Amino acid sequence: MTSTQTLIELDHVALGWKDKIALRDISGCFTRGSLTAIVGPNGAGKSTLLKGLTGQINPLKGRIAVDSGFLDQLALLPQMGDLDKSFPVTVHDLVAMGAWKRVGAWGGFPKAEHERLGHALEQVGLADFARRSIGTLSGGQLQRALFARMIMQDAQILLLDEPFAAVDRATSDELMNLILDWHKQGRTVMAVLHDLDMVRSCFPQTVLLAGQVVGWGQTEAVLTPENLHLARHLCAGDYL
Amino acid sequence: MMALMDVLFGPFIDFGFMKRALAGSFALAAAAGPLGVFLVLRRMSLMGDAMAHAILPGVAVGFLTAGLSLSAMAIGGMITGLVVALLAGLVARLTPQREDASFAAFYLVSLGLGVLLVSLRGSNMDLIHVLFGTVLGLDDASLLLVTGSTTITLLILALVFRPLVLECMDPIFLRTQGGRGSVVHMLFLFMLVITLVAGFQVLGTLMVVGIMMLPAASARFWVYSVGRQMLVAALLGMISAYLGLLFSYYYNVPASPAIILAAGAFYFLSITFGPQGGLLRAYSQWRARRRRMASLLEHD
Repeated sequence: MTSTQTLIELDHVALGWKDKIALRDISGCFTRGSLTAIVGPNGAGKSTLLKGLTGQINPLKGRIAVDSGFLDQLALLPQMGDLDKSFPVTVHDLVAMGAWKRVGAWGGFPKAEHERLGHALEQVGLADFARRSIGTLSGGQLQRALFARMIMQDAQILLLDEPFAAVDRATSDELMNLILDWHKQGRTVMAVLHDLDMVRSCFPQTVLLAGQVVGWGQTEAVLTPENLHLARHLCAGDYL
Repeated sequence: MMALMDVLFGPFIDFGFMKRALAGSFALAAAAGPLGVFLVLRRMSLMGDAMAHAILPGVAVGFLTAGLSLSAMAIGGMITGLVVALLAGLVARLTPQREDASFAAFYLVSLGLGVLLVSLRGSNMDLIHVLFGTVLGLDDASLLLVTGSTTITLLILALVFRPLVLECMDPIFLRTQGGRGSVVHMLFLFMLVITLVAGFQVLGTLMVVGIMMLPAASARFWVYSVGRQMLVAALLGMISAYLGLLFSYYYNVPASPAIILAAGAFYFLSITFGPQGGLLRAYSQWRARRRRMASLLEHD
């Protein structure tokens, strides 16, 4: 918690797609063990920032410096909409994907992994769902399954893209507790969120985006009425 | 009883060419079905079609330079197949056009070019052979080619099965976990091309896609998991080949369309009777739901 070892440092970074710049002049750093919310209006560049951090897109300008071994410790929770729910896979197999780094393309699935998997399913409340196909799950259940996969990954750095979108209150509270547990265990968590009340009550650090950084730091210092107003204004205008 | 056995198996016992046809199309179906399952899962059903046509100009150039030489046609086909796959991917990346449209454009050009090239030197008969295959005239070299390519394809499939499924389902996950998604994708293209090149000998470039896509599209109506779908697709392909050959023997019709039509018949049976979302199943579920609702409302 008090560790201030820098994990990721962004130096005047611009990120975007083809001919559209989604984020410009981003500077700031994430420290190891921090719990950070990434917030901002629609189109503010939140998901783009995650894509930049995970190396899915390269900066158009500037530099993203990451701690050594960053990519090895990384786990990403994708937006649920990115997943093809009709894909023929069971909850068990989806969660088992999380063991990829330990099991690889050819390794067997040893007893220890089976136990780990059972435990992960229990933690997210899906113990009885292992044999169900993912197509039969509700939004909240699928999100729980993706959290279980993340538990399987046992990563030190966790990036979550809108983990509570299309999820009911009870589920999001439960999953938020998992995130807080990860934080207590010293893992680094970055999550794209919409619910500002939740951010205020659970996340010590916040990055407020609106095509640029509006605020970055302690949550109460960032989520001020002025900053929020500015963010909305920046995204509503025809800011490129 | 004996008479029935004779009707069902006689042609394959009495005639060497029928035996070879069966062996060749079994080998083809064993590789084509599983690959088709992945094409369906990746929503790239059209790609099999596109690739089958893409190999045509290469086959034709091989034919032009070396006559009916199997190795020349196979190598030519592999080269143009891979070139078209890469070019179509490039167009999709560099222009706003999506991959399915650029694939369609490239394969139509390939088809035109291929037919023109074959016609330059060959007779109409040669053209018919290239387009519709020579399943009833498979020689040793063709049999070796198709069994060899199937062996290689099944081995690679076994080796990369797990990453291939991951790459289909959640490519970003595989990438953030350090998996080499692009290598897996290239291997998949390679398997696709060698299977199609081998298959054009058997069923022809126009028909080979049928034994790849029809059993794969049928399989999802019978079983759930990817592995089982691959197995069912291969089996359905083989049964279709057997029935098609039998039909073509007794009714004296061309063999490769008969095989594809048999696979087509299985497809319609599957969408009707398949337990995994088939029409009858959906109808009975709908009726059960209505009955349940009616009984709930009765007590009001």
